[in-house]
Amino acid sequence: MEFNREFILGCSAIGAGLAVIAGIGPGVGQGIAAGHAAAAVGRNPGAKSSITSTMLLGQAVAETTGLYGLLIAFLLLFLKPLLWGVN
Amino acid sequence: MQFMVLASDSAVDVMAHGIFKYSFFGHEAWITTTHVSIFFVMLILIAFSIIGGIVIRKGAEVPGTFQNIVELIVEKLDGMVEGTMGRNAVKYRNYISTIFIFILFSNISGLLGLRPPTADYGVTLPLGIVTFTLIRFNQFKYHKPKEIWADMCSPLPPWLPIWFPINVISELAVPISLSLRLFANVLSGTIMMALVYGLLKWFAAVWPAALHVYFDLFSGAIQTYVFCMLTMTYVTNAIGGEE
Repeated sequence: MEFNREFILGCSAIGAGLAVIAGIGPGVGQGIAAGHAAAAVGRNPGAKSSITSTMLLGQAVAETTGLYGLLIAFLLLFLKPLLWGVN
Repeated sequence: MQFMVLASDSAVDVMAHGIFKYSFFGHEAWITTTHVSIFFVMLILIAFSIIGGIVIRKGAEVPGTFQNIVELIVEKLDGMVEGTMGRNAVKYRNYISTIFIFILFSNISGLLGLRPPTADYGVTLPLGIVTFTLIRFNQFKYHKPKEIWADMCSPLPPWLPIWFPINVISELAVPISLSLRLFANVLSGTIMMALVYGLLKWFAAVWPAALHVYFDLFSGAIQTYVFCMLTMTYVTNAIGGEE
């Protein structure tokens, strides 16, 4: 079965949109981390700076999975790997 | 490779472009925009360090403005490394401070109109590989092979290495995730700014400055901090506990 260029481009765009759904997970995770950090600051205001840096570190690590999804979307949109080999 | 020319026909231009093609032992190699922007970052850093060195060598008793700034930077970086690595800080503060300043300037070089060098996977992967080498080197320096083997089989006893392949994969994922995190963050910022400037045309006049503050300054600084913190944490873990 033969697919033309426009069909593959459209499918790539749909795939990119689906890949960015991965952003849900890090959103929830970062929110939980920030919430617990706020609670920790409320309990112990003296340790605010170290709590903040720990929270940022954890959030940046949690962000990675979302960034993988974003990367796949970028690859599909800009590199167009599915078009390689088509005309 | 195709992707160097693919995106140039549209209004949104986010890719690294080849500028100059040359032959390297029979291979086709390119000087790209990444090389150009990394060259500018290097120039800025070298000029800053030469002037800083001269100022510190003269060393006034009551420091002037520039001497104050240099001392502040060095003190903050030393404090950061010492806070994480403890007694191992002496050996690593030069390396960590160097990559901190380099990554920070690379990330915020988007403000100068350059394409950030860290938005190229060829720049961040070597940084991740250097971190990986440091981890392995310290592990083999401070531990016996028997301990490393027991550590790699960790949840199960050493004579039952079922868990070994999974641990190997998780160790190999360290440099990849480190470099991809930095790369994807900076790249997403670059693409976002390119979309704003490329699609909105005249409407993108003054207010994108706020976006620059977030994508270039805030995000870049956070990612720099995270990269250095994770490198220090991994190396400290590889060296081992307090004896």
